Amino acid sequence: MKVLVAVKRVVDYNVKVRAKADGSDVDLNNVKMSINPFCEIAVEEAVRLKEAGTATEVIAVSIGDKACQEQIRTALALGADRGIQVETEGSVEPLVVAKLLKGVVEKEQPQLVILGKQSIDGDNNQTGQMLGALTNMPQGTFASEIAVDGDKLSVTREVDGGLQTLSLNMPAIVTSDLRLNEPRYASLPNIMKAKKKPLDVYSPADLGVEVTTHLTQVSVEPPAERQAGIKVESVDELVDKLKNEAKVI
Amino acid sequence: MSTLVIAEHDNGSLKGATLNAVTAAQALGADVDVLVAGADCGAAAEAAAKVAGVSRVLVADNAAYGHQLAENVSLLIADVGAAYDNIVAPATSNGKNTMPRVAALLDVAQISDIISVEAADTFKRPVYAGNVIATVKSSDSKKVVTVRTTAFDAAAAEGGSATVEAVDAVHDAGISAFVSEEVAESDRPELTAAPVVVSGGRGMQNGENFKLLDGIADKLGAAIGASRAAVDAGFVPNDMQVGQTGKIVAPDLYIAVGISGAIQHLAGMKDSKVIVAINKDEDAPIFQVADYGLVADLFEALPELEAKI
Repeated sequence: MKVLVAVKRVVDYNVKVRAKADGSDVDLNNVKMSINPFCEIAVEEAVRLKEAGTATEVIAVSIGDKACQEQIRTALALGADRGIQVETEGSVEPLVVAKLLKGVVEKEQPQLVILGKQSIDGDNNQTGQMLGALTNMPQGTFASEIAVDGDKLSVTREVDGGLQTLSLNMPAIVTSDLRLNEPRYASLPNIMKAKKKPLDVYSPADLGVEVTTHLTQVSVEPPAERQAGIKVESVDELVDKLKNEAKVI
Repeated sequence: MSTLVIAEHDNGSLKGATLNAVTAAQALGADVDVLVAGADCGAAAEAAAKVAGVSRVLVADNAAYGHQLAENVSLLIADVGAAYDNIVAPATSNGKNTMPRVAALLDVAQISDIISVEAADTFKRPVYAGNVIATVKSSDSKKVVTVRTTAFDAAAAEGGSATVEAVDAVHDAGISAFVSEEVAESDRPELTAAPVVVSGGRGMQNGENFKLLDGIADKLGAAIGASRAAVDAGFVPNDMQVGQTGKIVAPDLYIAVGISGAIQHLAGMKDSKVIVAINKDEDAPIFQVADYGLVADLFEALPELEAKI
C-alpha cells in the first residue's frame, strides 16, 4: 500500500507572528520556518504504517517554492521514502493546493493520503476535505487513531461531543489531530540519508492545474489587546472582586 | 441575494451554534433559509422554523444524513446550495468537516472561521492562532463561509415563523459508514455555550484532581474545560480541550486553574469577558490576560473558593 503524505512549510510554532505596522501583511522577515506540526504528525503516522508492514512506500509531497524542499527533507529524515515538490510562487489557496494534490494522487495512486488537519499559519482547516471532494474519496478528519483492515480504514475522530469512529472505503483521506501520535526526532544518520533520497519537482502545468486566486487579503491587524488586570492577594479578595466589581457571580 | 445556513443539530434538537450562524448570515444582508439535514430530524426542523429572521427551513430527512457523514451531506449541501449566493455554517466539528467539501464541489474558496462581516464579500478572520486578524475579500460569486460562533450573538430561538419544506434529494456516496461514538454524558452546560467556564491545566496533576473543579462548577452553573497539556497527559477527554485547535469559548467568566497560558490556549479563551487565573507561578503568561490573578497553590485555593462563592 502506497501512502501519500502532504507537508507544509510554515512559521515555526514558537514564533509569535505580528502584523506589519502598515497592515499590509504579517512580518515574516528572518523568522524560523518549520514543518507544520500537524503535518509532522501525518508523516509520523505514515512512517509507522510502513514500519508495521501495512504500507510499502511513503511519499512526502509539498506545494511551494524551492524553500519547501527543506520540509520535504525533514519528512524524508523522519522515514518517508521519496519526495515530490510542486513548484508554486507566493501563497496558494487551499482549493488550489487540493487541486495540485489531486494531480499528484492521480499520478501516484496512493491507497491512503494523510494530511495535517490545519496549518498553523492560515488556520483554514480545508485542504484534506477539499481533496476528498475533488477525488471522491472518503475522509477521516481530526483523526486520533487509524487502523487499516483489508480494503477498509477505521478512523477515530475527535469531534465536539467526544470521539466518533468511521469506516471508510480505501483509497481514503485522513487529517491528523494532535493525539494521533507523538512524532519522533530525526536522527543525524537519517538526516544525512534523507539528503540522498529522490525528490521530484513538478510544475502546476505538469499536473494540469491552473493556479487561481479566489481570495484577496485586504489588510491585517493585531487583535484587540487585553489589558493585564490585577493580582489579588487572597481567595476572599477574588470572590469580592467577582461579586462587587466584575459582577459575574 | 439569498443565504443558506446549515443547521447544527442532533436530530432531536437544534444546537445553539445554529443561532450564531443565523446572525452572521443576516449580516450578509440577504434572506436567510436554513437547511436541516439529518435522520428523523423533524423536531430540529421545527425548532429551526421558530428562529427569528429565518424565511424557510429545508428539511432533508434521510438515513444517509443521520450521522452527518461529510461525503453524503456535502453532496446535498452543494446540490441545495446551488441556488444560493451564500452558504454559511457554524465552525463546529461538523461544519469544519463538511463545508470545505462543499466549497470544492462548487469550485469556490471557503472563508473559514469568520469573526465579522465587513461587506457581503469581505470578512475578518483570525490567522496565526489569533495573533493576527486578516481582512479577506472573496471574488467568488458564491461564498462558502464558516462562522466562529463566539463572535456573533445568538439569534432569538423563538419568534420566527418560517415555512418548512421537505427536500427529497438523497445523496449517499456509499464510501463511508458510521461505526460508533463515545459521547461524554454530562449534566453541565455545553462548553461553547456556558456562561461560566472553569478549566484545569497540567497543574491539576491528574484526572482525579479535576474533581476539585466540580463543586465550583456546580455552584456557578459552569462547564469544565481543560488545556491541551491536560488532555495530552490523559487527565481528561479531548472534548474538554479549549484552545486554537480545540473549542473556542467566550463566556462571561473564565477561570483558568493551573494553566500556564500557552498562546494556543489563549487563542481559545481570550475573548472571555472576565478572566480569572489561579496559578502558583507568578510569571505564568496566563496572568498577562487575566483580569484577576491569584498566585496560589490550587490545592489550597480551590476548596476555599468553593466554600466562599
